[in-house]
Order: sequence, then C-alpha cells, then structure tokens
Amino acid sequence: MSKDVQARRNAQTGRRRDTETPEHASGHRDARWSTLRRAHTCTPRTGLPETRTDAAMSELVPEPRPKPAVPMKPIGINPNLLGYIGIDTIIEQMRKKTMKTGFDFNIMVVGQSGLGKSTLVNTLFKSQVSRKASSWNREEKIPKTVEIKAIGHVIEEGGVKMKLTVIDTPGFGDQINNENCWEPIEKYINEQYEKFLKEEVNIARKKRIPDTRVHCCLYFISPTGHSLRPLDLEFMKHLSKVVNIIPVIAKADTMTLEEKSEFKQRVRKELEVNGIEFYPQKEFDEDLEDKTENDKIRQESMPFAVVGSDKEYQVNGKRVLGRKTPWGIIEVENLNHCEFALLRDFVIRTHLQDLKEVTHNIHYETYRAKRLNDNGGLPPGEGLLGTVLPPVPATPCPTAE
Amino acid sequence: TAIGAMDKEYVGFAALPNQLHRKSVKKGFDFTLMVAGESGLGKSTLINSLFLTNLYEDRQIPEASARLTQTLTIERRGVEIEEGGIKVKLTVVDTPGFGDSVDCSDCWLPVVRFIEEQFEQYLRDESGLNRKNIQDSRVHCCLYFISPFGRGLRPLDVAFLRAVHEKVNIIPVIGKADALMPKETQALKQKIREQLKEEEINIYQFPECDSDEDEDFKRQDAEMKESIPFAVVGSCEVVRDGGPRPVRGRHYSWGTVEVENPHHCDFLNLRRMLVQTHLQDLKEVTHDLLYEGYRARCLQSLARPGARDRASRSKLSRQSATEIPLPMLPLADTEKLIREKDEELRRMQEMLEKMQAQMQLSQAQGEQSDAL
Repeated sequence: MSKDVQARRNAQTGRRRDTETPEHASGHRDARWSTLRRAHTCTPRTGLPETRTDAAMSELVPEPRPKPAVPMKPIGINPNLLGYIGIDTIIEQMRKKTMKTGFDFNIMVVGQSGLGKSTLVNTLFKSQVSRKASSWNREEKIPKTVEIKAIGHVIEEGGVKMKLTVIDTPGFGDQINNENCWEPIEKYINEQYEKFLKEEVNIARKKRIPDTRVHCCLYFISPTGHSLRPLDLEFMKHLSKVVNIIPVIAKADTMTLEEKSEFKQRVRKELEVNGIEFYPQKEFDEDLEDKTENDKIRQESMPFAVVGSDKEYQVNGKRVLGRKTPWGIIEVENLNHCEFALLRDFVIRTHLQDLKEVTHNIHYETYRAKRLNDNGGLPPGEGLLGTVLPPVPATPCPTAE
Repeated sequence: TAIGAMDKEYVGFAALPNQLHRKSVKKGFDFTLMVAGESGLGKSTLINSLFLTNLYEDRQIPEASARLTQTLTIERRGVEIEEGGIKVKLTVVDTPGFGDSVDCSDCWLPVVRFIEEQFEQYLRDESGLNRKNIQDSRVHCCLYFISPFGRGLRPLDVAFLRAVHEKVNIIPVIGKADALMPKETQALKQKIREQLKEEEINIYQFPECDSDEDEDFKRQDAEMKESIPFAVVGSCEVVRDGGPRPVRGRHYSWGTVEVENPHHCDFLNLRRMLVQTHLQDLKEVTHDLLYEGYRARCLQSLARPGARDRASRSKLSRQSATEIPLPMLPLADTEKLIREKDEELRRMQEMLEKMQAQMQLSQAQGEQSDAL
C-alpha cells in the first residue's frame, strides 16, 4: 500500500498501522475514537442547504488537533530518554494535505426504477446529487437499454473537499426481457479500469491520475419479503468479482420487524449458497480487528434495510427527515425505524477509504493482471519494441509533459 | 282480508324476485377469481384477508436460484364460504412464476390460454346435449397487482393487460400500499389511469347507479370509482394497539396500519365492490360480454377461415349466427356440434316463418269470409 493511501486511511479512521507498542496504540486509538464519536451526535438541522459550501455538519470531521493522550514512548531507543519527538504529527500533516487536495469517490446505484435510488443517494450525501426521475409531471420514458449516467459534484465539509460522482443506471431490470442487462454496467466498470491502466503505463504520468473507477456499487433489492429475484442473483454473481457490491433492501418501510429479519436472513443465506461475496469480502479482512468488525456487519446488519427521504417533518420538537403516513411518521435516521444510519456510517464514516483501497488493490489489480496476461505480459498498447512510442511532437523541440 | 283484496287487484308477480332469490340461494353461487402480478406484492395475503380464509397455508416459496428456470404455472384453490345462509363456492386461480424470470417474454401466454380454455369448455358444454349441470369454471374477475415501487405500469404489466383485457374483467390493484404516502398514492393512481387510457386497456367498468338510488349510495359509488386502482393492504394478523377493539393490521415501530380503515387503504372499497355489490354483475359481464365475444370470434373464425377479424364488443344474437355460411374445412367435434345446432336453429326459424305465413293466410281468408 502506498504511503499516501495508508496515511489517508489512518486520517480517516484514526487507527494507526505503523509499528508501535500495542498498549499505546489502543490507548491512543480509544482517545481518538471517542472524539470521533462525540462529533457524531446528530445536531438538529435547520434545513437542507441549497449549496454545499456552508454545510454545518460537523459529524464527518475528526477533531481538528489531536493531542497525544500520553507522551509516546519511542521504540528501540534507549528507554531512559523520555521526551516527545512529534512523529504523530504526521497524521496532522497528512490531514492538511488531504484537505487541500481533496479526494474523489465514485458510487454507482443499480436497481429497478422506483426503488428510491436517487432519493437514497441524496439522503446519504445530504444534497441533491442525484436527479430524481420520479416527478410525476415529467414524461420520463423507461429507456429501452440500460444507460449509464455519471454526474459529478463537489461537496465540501469541515474544510475537506470530496469530488463525488454518482453513476446511475436507468433501465436496469425494467424490461420484459432482462437477459444480460448487466453487460453495459460491467463494460462501464471495465472501461474505467482500462482508462486508469492506460494512464498508469504512460511514460510521463500525471501527478494524480484522475480516478473514475467505481469504488462502490449499491445494489437495490426489492422488498418482496420472499427472497432474492433471479435477476438479483445474476447481477451479483457477475459483478461481485469486478466491483465492491453493497446490497441494500430498498423501501424497507413496507416490512415489519419480523418480516425484515426473516427476509435479511433468507437473502444472506441465498447469497452464501450462490457464492456471492459482497463488500466487505471475507478474504480481504486484514487482521483480527477487521475480521471481527466486518463479521458483525456481514452476519447481522447486511443487507441494510433502508428508507430514504428528502422531506422534513416535525417530530418531538425536532425536525427530522422522514415519510409521513396516516399511521405514523417514519424517521430515516432513527435506528428503530430503518437502518439508514448504519448504511451511512458504514459507507461514509468508517469504510469509505477501505472501499477505495479494495477497488485499487484488488479489483483493479485483477483487471490489470488479466490485461497484461492477455497481452503477453506487456502493458496494453505496446508493440514489439516494448516501449510506448510517445506521440510525435508538433514542434521540433520535444516539450516535456 | 287484505290478502284477499290484493288477489283481486294484482296479478302477483311482484313476488318474483323472492322466488329468484330463493332459487339461487338453493343453487348457491360459484365465482372464479384470478390473481395475477409479480411475486411478493401481497396477493395471497390479500385473498386471505378478503375472504377470511387461509388458502395458502401449505405454500412453499421457492428460492431465487430455483426460479431461474421456472415457467409459469396455473394453480387453482377452492373454498366454500357460507354466510347468512348463502353458499359461495369460490375458486382462486393463482399464477405463480409470473414476472419472476430474467426473461419474461410471452410469460402471459399460459394465462391467456387458460382463460380461453375455460371459455371453450363452457361453449362445448352449452352446445352439448345434457345442459342441466353445466359447471361454470370461467374466470369471472382478474385482480391484477401493480407494484407500489414502480412508477406506474411496467412494460410487463402493459403486455399482460393487453393480452387479457378482452377476455376477463380486470380490476387493477396496487399491492402493499403501505409503502406509499398519501400524495404518492394519488400520483401513482393518476399515472396508472393515464397509462391505461393511453394503452387502450379496458378494465372492468362499474355500472352506473340507477337514478332512483339515494344520494348516499350515489356518493359512495362515485367515491369507489374515483379510487381505482385500489391501493390495498392485506393482513391476517390482529393487532391490539390500545384502541377500542382489536383490528386487523400491520404493526410497525412507527405506527399500525389498519386494513379496514378507509384512510389507510382501499381494502374496504375493494371488498365492498368485489363481494358485496358487484359479484353478480361480474358474472353477468363475463357471460354476456366476454364469453359472447369469445364465442363470436370462435364461430366467425370457423366460418371465414382466412379472415380472423376481431368481433366488436356488441352482443351477437343467436339469430345472426345462423346466417354464417357453412365452413369448408374439416371440423373437430365441437365445431360440428355447433354447426348442427345452428342448422337446427335455422330449420326451426324456417318452420316458424312458414307457420306465421300460414296463420296470416288463414287470417286473411277468415277476414275475406267475414267480409263476404
């Protein structure tokens, strides 16, 4: 793993991966973890901001200046030498860097029309990042083939900039004959890998290769209450090896608690029986800590049963996002009502960086290896000479890119 | 006595409805209801709620991998319901596997074939020699379930409805309607109505109220018509939510949906319309309109083997059937029987005309003799 990536990950989760004594590590981690948690308590929101620059959410940001809880004992040096070196400020330096450069995240949503994909993405990122096709006035015809629509937004929060791209797939699963309707999606994902690969094999590489690879694919399961549909199985079988799939149960407000847990159990079992590994994949758990945390998520929480909404209502003096029905108000962020908060925390607050890493280190590498093997061990686009010929310069003097 | 006075002034057929009523009560009713739609829309639960039965006790729901290669099957379940001395033999026709596979092309053909087979059977029975105990297995009504998660009718819905709308009474229903907020329900209903009109799908039309019905009934009737397609929620569980009495409903953490609450869903409307007021009308429309249309199409296609034009919805009288020229192709038994019957009818018609002519002649002769 590159240092950059490693550091960003540490900044994200506050966990240290470098060599340090365990007790210091845990002590420090707890301190940091607790500050993160405090920042997480929901503050009542006054309203959806029109633009993103003045978002008041402080939940995503870890404490600005981490103070070491205990002066670090340097390892391998004479233990009689006490003192503070300041290695841990590397975290702060990386943070500053990240804030300046920002980072990008590409999320794809797949599912039949009407399952609330756009609403959920908007709710996740608390902005209108996905244009809903659900206004009843507009004549939105279901496209005959699956289309891929990628829309980019820049969201800023606590000084951190995120270039978010939402990739929508209208037309998936809506036809009478849905054979191979996942092919355009698979093609798109592979095209992004190809693009990245091409940039990587260039002699003169860009400092930061623009990353359009799909980091996360939210697959929306229809809440039938029975089991997965054949189309769901087919899609996930084909794509779980290519991209991180996070299955979610859409419009979960149609199921009672018992129905929900039964359905989730059945879905989990079906996925297991069919050998479908959704994110977080078991084989990529790095250490025991990861494993226990992910096991709990894999075996109990997933697939998350979510409800999305962009409307606010007054409940107990607070304004909450929800759905108002004659028999009650469903609160989106209330864990007793639905698991939206769990999904949000999972994707954004704890595993965002990991999603990117798995995409880069596993899925992309698999693609790259396959491409190189197909090309006889040569990078794509290379001829017999084994070098990529640079484009003929327009002027007599070759300019360095 | 009063009765004696009535005897003198009235003929007495005012009691005819009672006689009919008593006869039909003795005979009992049979009614065949078909439910169609994607799996997981609450069809079985709704049927159990409507008729307070447990028809689907032993049902096995197959897993997704099993459904990959499943074809559509037609299942029939019968139950006898008695209420207030009236027996109803209800048959529910189910279509498991509809809309399940990845490729659903032509998945409605088995359903269409099933409906036509029932018509064919009835036609055969009707033209047969022993017509005393004809079993009416024709489908009288089809409840078609539309998903609340979509944005109106899906291409599969449109294809199915277009294939069956001239063969069975369709009542569109939005299943699992507790997924929707009131505004969404309204918008969805509006969208579905527009789509039905656009695709020229004929759903079951409620008959107009008689003008002498009272205002209340008229208002109820208008309300019912406005709420089509019915947005329903089914449940066989009783919830005690602290109200005056236990209600049938679904209990969520944020509230309880009451199945029989008209503000929560249209279950009451559907039940009233299907069971209480229009059961007989559905049977009549099936017999007078849909069956006759099938019969006319069937006979016309025999008469003109090349030309398969679709009969109009108007009722073809028995008389006009005799004017069809005899078919040229070799026929199966049913068709032969039909042809024989028609021949007989024509002969009887001729005889009747001859007799009429004779009568007129004798009348004229009589007048002549009178005059003389």
